[in-house]
Amino acid sequence: MNPTMTKKLLLTLLAWGIALIVFFPIFWMVLTGFKTEGEAVATPPSLFFEPTLAGYHEVMARADYLKFALNSIVISFGSTLLALIVAIPSAYSMAFLPTKRTRGTLLWMLSTKMLPPVGVLMPVYLLFRDMGLLDSQLGLTIVYMLMNLPIVVWMLYTFFKDIPKDILEAGRMDGAGTLQEVLYLLLPLTLPGIASTGLLSVILSWNEAFWSLNLTTSDAAPLTAFIASFSSPEGLFWAKLSAASTLAIAPILIFGWLTQKQMVRGLTFGAVK
Amino acid sequence: MIRPPFPTCFLQWGIPMRERTSGRTVGGFRNVFLQGPAVTLLLLWMLVPLGMTLWFSFQRYNLINPMISGFAGWDNYTYLLTDPALWTAMGNTLLLVGWVLAISVIGGTLLAVLFQQEFFGRGIARLLVIAPFFVMPTVGALVWKNMLMHPVNGVFAWLSGLLGLPVIDWFSSMPLASIIIIVAWQWMPFALLILLTAIQSLDDDQVEAARMDGAGPLAIFWFITLPHLKRAISVVIMIEMIFLLTIFAEIFVTTSGGPGLASTNLAYFIYIRALLDFDVGGASAGGVIAIILANIVAIFLIRTVAKNLET
Repeated sequence: MNPTMTKKLLLTLLAWGIALIVFFPIFWMVLTGFKTEGEAVATPPSLFFEPTLAGYHEVMARADYLKFALNSIVISFGSTLLALIVAIPSAYSMAFLPTKRTRGTLLWMLSTKMLPPVGVLMPVYLLFRDMGLLDSQLGLTIVYMLMNLPIVVWMLYTFFKDIPKDILEAGRMDGAGTLQEVLYLLLPLTLPGIASTGLLSVILSWNEAFWSLNLTTSDAAPLTAFIASFSSPEGLFWAKLSAASTLAIAPILIFGWLTQKQMVRGLTFGAVK
Repeated sequence: MIRPPFPTCFLQWGIPMRERTSGRTVGGFRNVFLQGPAVTLLLLWMLVPLGMTLWFSFQRYNLINPMISGFAGWDNYTYLLTDPALWTAMGNTLLLVGWVLAISVIGGTLLAVLFQQEFFGRGIARLLVIAPFFVMPTVGALVWKNMLMHPVNGVFAWLSGLLGLPVIDWFSSMPLASIIIIVAWQWMPFALLILLTAIQSLDDDQVEAARMDGAGPLAIFWFITLPHLKRAISVVIMIEMIFLLTIFAEIFVTTSGGPGLASTNLAYFIYIRALLDFDVGGASAGGVIAIILANIVAIFLIRTVAKNLET
C-alpha cells in the first residue's frame, strides 16, 4: 500500500472515530426510543434488542404530544412568515436603494440581537401578563419574530445584494412598479436564499428554550417545554423521552443539514464566507 | 448603467425621489416606508423592555407583596452587589463561558483541520459531527443527564464499571463541570461549522508553495492556517460569548442551579429572583448587569462585522 493511501486510511479512522463519539448521544437517544422501558434502563446497556415502537405509540397516544408539536409548528413557522413579510421590503430597500444610513441601520439591527433575553425577562413577562399574551401562541410568535428579525433582514440583504441591478432595471423599463419588481423578479430569483433564511429562522425558533420555558405553562408550550417536563423525577421514562425527543429534533436536524452553508452566513452576519 | 429616459421614480407608487450626483438614487420617503416596519418593531422591542428594566431596577416592586413599593434609589443594586450569591453566580458564569469557549474553539479548530482533509465518507462524517448544534437544548441536556451521566443506568457508569473505575455521580459531585461538558458538546459543532467554512477559502497554492519550501504540517498549521482563521475564530468567540453568558435551558432541566448555588449562573440567578421570588426590582437590577456584560462583548463583535460590511 502506498503512503498516501495509508495516510488516507488513518485519517478516515481518526475522523470517523471522532464523528461517531460526537454523534453518539444522538444515536443512543434514537436507539433508546425503540426499546421497552425495561431495556432502556438495563445495565449493561443493551445494544442488540428486539426493536419496538411502544415508546412512539405511547407518545403519540398522549393527545397532548400533538398539541405541543402543533404549538411548535405554528409558532416557529408563523414567526418566520411574519419576519419574512416585515424583512423583505426592508432588505430590498437596503440592497437596492442604499443611502449613507444603510450601514448604520444594519449594524443597529444586529446590535438588538445582543440584548440578553434574561435582561428584559421581567418587563416582557409583565407586559405579556397585562396584555393576556402569557401562555399564548401569539405571544411567543411575536417574541420569536422580533428575535429573528435582525438575522432575517441581514441574510436577505446579502442575498439581494448578489442580484445584478441591471435585471431589476430591465424590469423597470418594461414598466414594472416596485411591487411587480419584487413579486415577479426579485422573489423568484432569490427563492433559494429566502428559503434558507426561512429555514434558519424556523430552526432558531424551534430550538429556542428561554422564552418558551418562561412565557408558557401549558396551552401554548412548544416541544422544548414538553421535553423539559421530563426532567422531573416522576417523569423518568427513558424510552418515551427518547421517542419524543427523536420526533422533536428529526425535522430540524434535516433542515440544519440542508442549510448549513447559508447558515454560516446568517449566523456570523456575513463575517465568515 | 442603462437608464430609462425618464425618472423611474414616478413608476413606483408615485413617490418622488431625489437623484444623487453619484448616480445612486436616494430613497427618501420610499426607504422610510419600506424599512419603517422592521425598524419600528425592533426599536420598540429594544427600547420598551430596556427602559422598563432600567425603571424597575430603581423601584421597590414585589409581585406577591404589593405593600413593597416606591422609589428604591440604588438599593436594589447595593442589595444585589453585596449578595454573595450574585458573585457565586458571576463566577460560575465566567467558568462556564471560559471553559466552553476554550473547549469549543480549540476543539473546533483542530477538527476543522481534520475534517478538511481527504478521507473516505467525509461528507457523512461532517454531517454527524455538526449534528449536536441542531439539537434543541432541552433534548441534548436531558439525553446527557439521563442516558449518559446517570450514576446507575447511564452509559458512563457502565463504562467506568467495565474499566474498574469508581462511578461518578456527575450532577451531584461536579454539577458545573457536567453542564460545561453538555454545553461544549452543543457549541463545538458550531465552531467547527464556521471554521470549516472559513478554512475552505484558504488558498491551496499558498499551502502548496509552503510545502515545496519544506514546511511541515505543523508549520503550515501555525503560520498559514491559523492566521487565515484568525477573524473567523474571533467571530466564533464573540457570538458564543453572547449566547453562553445567558445559558439557561441546560441548567433548568439538569441541576436547577444546584446543589446549593453550585451550578447557578447569572441568567439562572435572575430567573430565580424574577419568577420564583417575584422580586421585580432585584431581578431587573440583575438584568441591567447582564445587559452591561453582554454589551462589552457586543461592541467588539459589531466592530468586526462592520469592517466586513461594504454598502
